[in-house]
Amino acid sequence: MAVLSLTTPVTEEQMRSLRAGDRVLLSGTIYTGRDAAHKRMIALLQEGKPLPFDPRGQILYYVGPAPAKPGFAVGSAGPTTSYRMDSYTPPLLAQGLRGMIGKGRRSPQVVDAMKAYGAVYFGAVGGAAALISRRIVDAELVAWPDLGTEAVHRFTVKDFPVTVVIDSLGNSLYETEPPKYRRD
Amino acid sequence: MTESGDTMREIPFETVVQTVAGLFMEANYVIGADITCALRGARAAEASPVGRDVLDQILENNQIAREERVAICQDTGMAVLFARMGSDLHIAGGTLPQAVDEGVRRAYAQGYLRKSVVDDPLFDRVNTKDNTPAILHVELCEGDRLELCAAPKGFGSENMSAVKMLVPADGVEGVVRFVVDTVRAAGPNPCPPVVVGVGIGGSFEKAALLAKKALTRPVDQPNPDPRYARLEERLLEEINALGIGPAGTGGTTTALGVNIEQFPTHIAGMPVAVNICCHAARHASAVL
Repeated sequence: MAVLSLTTPVTEEQMRSLRAGDRVLLSGTIYTGRDAAHKRMIALLQEGKPLPFDPRGQILYYVGPAPAKPGFAVGSAGPTTSYRMDSYTPPLLAQGLRGMIGKGRRSPQVVDAMKAYGAVYFGAVGGAAALISRRIVDAELVAWPDLGTEAVHRFTVKDFPVTVVIDSLGNSLYETEPPKYRRD
Repeated sequence: MTESGDTMREIPFETVVQTVAGLFMEANYVIGADITCALRGARAAEASPVGRDVLDQILENNQIAREERVAICQDTGMAVLFARMGSDLHIAGGTLPQAVDEGVRRAYAQGYLRKSVVDDPLFDRVNTKDNTPAILHVELCEGDRLELCAAPKGFGSENMSAVKMLVPADGVEGVVRFVVDTVRAAGPNPCPPVVVGVGIGGSFEKAALLAKKALTRPVDQPNPDPRYARLEERLLEEINALGIGPAGTGGTTTALGVNIEQFPTHIAGMPVAVNICCHAARHASAVL
């Protein structure tokens, strides 16, 4: 299987060209956010205020990293389960967010918004957190330090390994692949 | 064996604290030999090439964590601890719950482990910043020893767990259906390949506790009752026939093991709890 390299920010056209199953090495900057940060981001949007970062062309990584040991950018930093962010995701896609990195299923509403706006859901291997952290070369606090591990960070990544799990047409590896290995 | 209160064995509070701290760090850095063995076996047998690649990444990850003493997973869990405390043992200078919370505080601060606990579950949800309180389960027993088993539990898989009050007429088939349905519904969410802890019997809360305790048994150690051991095997086979696979993107390895713990129950009931754990099924034990 081909492995593509992508550097952020990304375009709608690039995202629409990706297909479920494509393996991608991401470089550039990505942003982090999980439960508590999503709640605050959506509250800001509802008040008509700007988000702590410009989401246009960006990719959001659902992660709450472990603390960094001295000399490291981050501690272990694998993906968290994505469905908890489902209700918050369509408004972020409407703001121009182009992709999310996580693990596990997404709601039909999220998939519909991905199709409408041209965005991709990437999967990283859950629990491969120490391995993944080696591809994060820098981490910078963007907002809400009071949230601890849930604060929004800007990660600089180099060849961060992800797989397109759900593409902008709505194809999902979670639906197409397991039946191939099912034994009744 | 000691006789009465004046011959109680004493251990210092600080010894318990240090031991608890050490166990939570160890559990978070070093995966058990049983899991490594099961992952290697799964890697050799996995039919999906993508699944094999995922298993390779997990094995490499666990090796990095062990060698560099960093967390296997960023979700270093809520700190669950099972203790068995002899009635002839006294902790000098504090209580067991105090020692456990202090040990957790120390492990998560000094061990670069993530603080994942919020104070109020519904309204405030403010991080306690030291991963306390721990969830402590104490069993009192004879003797003057203190057995400790630290089992940090991540919530990606905890969220996929379930309890159901089956009835006696549901029988073995009812248990199989509920366990397999729970794993199927979890799908890719809990970081498969998973370890499945099953508690059968007791009461509503006892079944859940049995399921959690089942996760602290190595996956290569079957239930001592051959009927339950056969049921563990059958469940593992049916779960792996689901096709969910490593990371949920298809394959023949969905679970590394199924552990059942059983307990007497009421004539009217058969509670069953399914506690799902990710492939990072972490636990570490010590005896003081």
